[in-house]
Amino acid sequence: MTVRDALNSAIDEEMSADPKVFVMGEEVGQYQGAYKITKGLLEKYGPERVYDTPITEAGFTGIGVGAAYAGLKPVVEFMTFNFSMQAIDHIINSAAKSNYMSAGQINVPIVFRGPNGAAAGVGAQHSQCYAAWYASVPGLKVLAPYSAEDARGLLKAAIRDPDPVVFLENELLYGESFPISEEALDSSFCLPIGKAKIEREGKDVTITTFSKMVGFALKAAEKLAEEGISAEVINLRSIRPLDRATINASVRKTSRLVTVEEGFPQHGVCAEICASVVEESFSYLDAPVERIAGADVPMPYAANLERLALPQ
Amino acid sequence: VLDFPGGKVAFTHEIQFISESSQERVPCYSVLDDNGQQITNSHFVQRGSSGEDVSDMVTLQIMDNIYYEAQRQGRLSFYATTIGEEAINIASAAALISGDVIFPQYREPGLLLWRGFTLQEFANQCFGNKSDYGKGRQMPVHYGSNKLNYFTVSATIATQLPNAVGAAYSLKIDRKNACAVTFFGNGGSSEGDFHGALNLAAVMEAPVLFICWNNGWAISTPTSYQFRSDGVVVKGRAYGIRSIRVDGNDALAMYSAVHAAREMAITEHRPLLIEALTYRVGHHSTSDDSTRYRSAYEIEWWNKARNPLSRFRTWIESNGWWSDEAESDLRSRIKKEMLEALRVAEKSEKPNLKNMFSDVYDVPPPNLKEHEFVVRQTIKSHTQDYPSNVPL
Repeated sequence: MTVRDALNSAIDEEMSADPKVFVMGEEVGQYQGAYKITKGLLEKYGPERVYDTPITEAGFTGIGVGAAYAGLKPVVEFMTFNFSMQAIDHIINSAAKSNYMSAGQINVPIVFRGPNGAAAGVGAQHSQCYAAWYASVPGLKVLAPYSAEDARGLLKAAIRDPDPVVFLENELLYGESFPISEEALDSSFCLPIGKAKIEREGKDVTITTFSKMVGFALKAAEKLAEEGISAEVINLRSIRPLDRATINASVRKTSRLVTVEEGFPQHGVCAEICASVVEESFSYLDAPVERIAGADVPMPYAANLERLALPQ
Repeated sequence: VLDFPGGKVAFTHEIQFISESSQERVPCYSVLDDNGQQITNSHFVQRGSSGEDVSDMVTLQIMDNIYYEAQRQGRLSFYATTIGEEAINIASAAALISGDVIFPQYREPGLLLWRGFTLQEFANQCFGNKSDYGKGRQMPVHYGSNKLNYFTVSATIATQLPNAVGAAYSLKIDRKNACAVTFFGNGGSSEGDFHGALNLAAVMEAPVLFICWNNGWAISTPTSYQFRSDGVVVKGRAYGIRSIRVDGNDALAMYSAVHAAREMAITEHRPLLIEALTYRVGHHSTSDDSTRYRSAYEIEWWNKARNPLSRFRTWIESNGWWSDEAESDLRSRIKKEMLEALRVAEKSEKPNLKNMFSDVYDVPPPNLKEHEFVVRQTIKSHTQDYPSNVPL
């Protein structure tokens, strides 16, 4: 199943099961979704539940949050999370902090989803990764699927969750196909939020990463195996809450950590993982933690430069 | 005629720009004159005895005066008064039903008062004590009440506008006989959220009332620095929204306008914009001293000559529904109750330590449970350093 179909089926099933769930965003209806993630939903559920918004991220995000305050369960699509910067005040100040500020009187069962991070040849303003920004905020949950199973299980969990969830997809993964189990195809399938997955077991070094880089890490692990190095690859799945237990247990087994992300290097997700491991598993480390991240430059457009600005 | 996406448009063959302003400003709907007499031939929506309207306006005034003083005495950290805008608060409240959801800015406690929030409940929030529904999480005047359909005040300016549209959309989908009502100031109308909210409300055909209290000021910024349009009312048409300008200090006009707007919002599924012209008699908040940027004379004039409470009081007294005696009885009773509520709230314990960690998420996450445990351990070993007025 492709990641695109996984996401589409997840939204479809949740909308079918709960009439309060509705989708809104630019081009989600008539156009079938800028990346076709919401294909077929308008036809099936009608314009009240698949709402094509005007171009105002700040406006429609505020409206989505207000609808969630009033008891609906919006799934708000950003054409890319780069555009969420227009709406970030509502995500943080109207959604993330509301349950706390209202002392439990206002909960916000909303999902913000869309492609995050680098794509291919889209330039600096369409390529930033927002995982670190959103994951620093208490009150939000932040998820990053890799495979089709991740996409289905995590999106269904996100939609059912009473807290606001930021769901970071990857444009280049939409078309990628993954094997999928019978269990994952069931409409009640759900993955737990806050649990990482060990994609490949190993004993010499731990590699942690999320989203598209999981695929790279697995390929890297293959190459390392040829050189006699056994790498354990952890797919984080959840950036907030971060599965520190799984990460630390792995590092205590392997004694070495390489943490990978596509986003900017300073103050990234890797920095948090490094801090966690240094605080909790210091005496187990045989070497300093290595971080691999995108280059500390706005993403260039030219294909050769873009390739060099991202982990290879 | 040009057959354009969105509809036919007639041609003109002269270069003619639409003027930046009309010849005349949009007139202001009013019913009572400055002396509280009903203007001949004025239309308004009748509403029977208004004893509760005036007593709530009086209560609001007394509450503001007492709390302002309490802040000045150092008993409260912060307060923002609603002085001068009592009619907007109470008359709007009276025109709504309990099922209508309110999204306030921060100058609308009168609607909560109308709906039944008690003096003690107001006091508890201002002191952030253990009975505060907000569990001490927010500054004073950031009231909220689920059961009274009044969404907790969020200090961010104008963010409540698109939120209200979303809530209105939800009411529409659920086919409820109710609307969303949101308030904001003249300053708030400059925010990006104003634009997004009004535009979307019109497109979504959402039953929402946008009520702007244009009180002449945004802290020290006068309206001439805020916008160059004829106030806020003219912006409604730009979004395809029916609008009205009202004398915000005229309780009858305010009530009538909100009543009429509500009808249209619910039966026709449309948003409406009401610009209530008024004056912010008080300072922006206790962090402001408005005599630094405006004349004391101007403030006094509005407080005396166009006082919303005096005008309304004259009118209902002339109808036999109120009297000086009723007023002085009320004033002394409320003042006593208010001071007592303050005393009780001030003496109450603060919320206990666990409230620092709860409600971040629906279910407390392991890291916060652990954090709380570590804090409590630290307190046990350093009892002398822990503040005695924060209960464990």
